[in-house]
Amino acid sequence: MGHFPNGWLHYLIGGLLIGAGTSLIFLFTGRVSGMSSVFTTTWSYFSDSPFFRQAKHLQSRGWRLVLAAGLILGTALWWWWLGPREASKTTVPAWQLLVGGFLVGYGARLSDGCTSGHGICGLASLRPPSVAAVITFLSTAIATAHIVAALGGR
Amino acid sequence: MKPASFAVILLGGTLFGFGLAFSAMIRPEVVLSFLRLEDLGLLLVLGGATGVTMIAYQLIPRLSKRPVLESAFDTKATRLSASTIGGAAIFGIGWGLCGVCPGPAFAGLGAGNWMLLLALFGIFAGAFVHGRTTRV
Repeated sequence: MGHFPNGWLHYLIGGLLIGAGTSLIFLFTGRVSGMSSVFTTTWSYFSDSPFFRQAKHLQSRGWRLVLAAGLILGTALWWWWLGPREASKTTVPAWQLLVGGFLVGYGARLSDGCTSGHGICGLASLRPPSVAAVITFLSTAIATAHIVAALGGR
Repeated sequence: MKPASFAVILLGGTLFGFGLAFSAMIRPEVVLSFLRLEDLGLLLVLGGATGVTMIAYQLIPRLSKRPVLESAFDTKATRLSASTIGGAAIFGIGWGLCGVCPGPAFAGLGAGNWMLLLALFGIFAGAFVHGRTTRV
């Protein structure tokens, strides 16, 4: 299959598992599990800035960190059970991880959502702002990746 | 929130992280190969996750007044604004540069990919600058 040189089933199963996780959390707690908010709410532990001290951030900072810990735990479980023996490594240059990460953090918080918040949760809620955000970030991400590749980068 | 809610969130997060690892989304190389349109697998991940979540988000509030453990369902109330779109555009440029978004930045650490700490540091820094430059 030309569009799926590495197979397709593991992608679909992985996606269904992610959906099972967000659905379980919603059914029992009513919480929407976007993953970018924790990068703002966690600053409320260290900063007195009024933005970080907003009630909505103080009230959700605990469970958002628990959710992030769950993500690490889930991957660790996969590594132990099904993963390769050696640690996962990336060949993406350090500066790209740092600068790209900065733009990811700034942009996701300005937009109030990321691939999970606008992507999975926002689309699942049928919210027009999230649909617009997903179309926008997919477009700029695809363009950026092509430009980097054309310049000979990763 | 009740202690049981934290336990469910940890369990749900574990499923989420396991799914990210199983679908190879914790590897920036795989995400970048999607963004270069060489391997469209990410669309199946996003589609599968969104499909299941959509059933839950649309159906559960119609069947039940409140979640099992808490008093109300969250409703995210972002309105469409220049920030929604501008922020998404900036987010996309960063994602296209590093192949890491917020979920996998955490999840990848569970497979020993310590380089992702750089991305995680960058995301925290970006969120800090956003918070310090935004008026309440």
